[in-house]
Amino acid sequence: MKKLIGAAVIILLWNACKFNEQKTLPIAGNRDAVTETVDGKTVTDTVYQTIPAFKFVNQYGDSITNKTLDGNIYVADFFFTTCPSICPIMHRNMLTVYNAFKDVADVKIISHTIDPQHDSVAVLKKYADKLGIAGSKWWLLQGKKEDTYKLAASYLVSSPQVDAKEKYVHDGYFILIDKQKRIRGQYDGTVPEQVTKLIEDIKTLKAEPDQTTAK
Amino acid sequence: MKLKVISGICLLLAIFLYSCQSEDELEFSRYYSAGNVIYQSKCMNCHGKNGEGLSALIPPLTDSVYLKVHKDSLSCFIKYGLKGKITLANKTFEGEMPANDFAPIEIAEVLTYVTNSFGNKMGTITSQHVGDDLQKCK
Repeated sequence: MKKLIGAAVIILLWNACKFNEQKTLPIAGNRDAVTETVDGKTVTDTVYQTIPAFKFVNQYGDSITNKTLDGNIYVADFFFTTCPSICPIMHRNMLTVYNAFKDVADVKIISHTIDPQHDSVAVLKKYADKLGIAGSKWWLLQGKKEDTYKLAASYLVSSPQVDAKEKYVHDGYFILIDKQKRIRGQYDGTVPEQVTKLIEDIKTLKAEPDQTTAK
Repeated sequence: MKLKVISGICLLLAIFLYSCQSEDELEFSRYYSAGNVIYQSKCMNCHGKNGEGLSALIPPLTDSVYLKVHKDSLSCFIKYGLKGKITLANKTFEGEMPANDFAPIEIAEVLTYVTNSFGNKMGTITSQHVGDDLQKCK
């Protein structure tokens, strides 16, 4: 009997430990080891790849930079409004993400158009209205084509290609960026299961100490 | 003897009727399942797995009244695409559906699938029907 109680206590303690275990997401991209001398001691630190500075205009005509997104976890994707192939399915799935975090202040969504010539601010605003999104949760960003294409590379997605039939070919990835602008996950935006995982991962990320302390 | 003959004739008639009916049903299933395959590869990205469309951007395929009213134009919509304002399911849509280079039989199959899924029930749309409708495209 005593042994049994002992075993039960051990199992309970073990479970309690597991309960406190923090789940964290991996950090993607290139990393560098930087060795510095701090107070006479040699300290090696890991520097992770981050999303570089950018400047675009959203569907309201407001200027949006990397600074505007400071203090936010965000999901990014690339699309264009006249896209006949994967965009509708991507944004049907992104709507699920939008609705899941509608009332969460520090989670945002940005969609970069890869066809700025057609997708003017007015076109993007109309698209947003038709899609049924409002407020400042989900921004549709427009800017110089080269800037958008260059930025795509830093999100570790392939650069969009011009295609005769489909107009543009691009990845359907949703990329999760943390408050330190590091890439924390990539999800196929055309697969509902992957999008469910993204929603779970955003919750996990939000609970990480790094994310709760960053403003 | 008489009884046997009569019951025999009745039985034959029953088999005949039954097989006739199942021929129709067979045709329907053939159209429907082939249409399902086409739907998945050509229509589903935009119109959705359950024909739900996308907000006010892409119309749903769940408005049975719209489909019934426009039954004779559906073939033309698929073949030549659709542009301009349309109103259904209490929303106005003004996007553009691209044209599709489908054979009449493929149009018939996908139409049979769509008009008998997502809460619609319009029966088989034959390739003969599609052929006739395509003659009248504006």
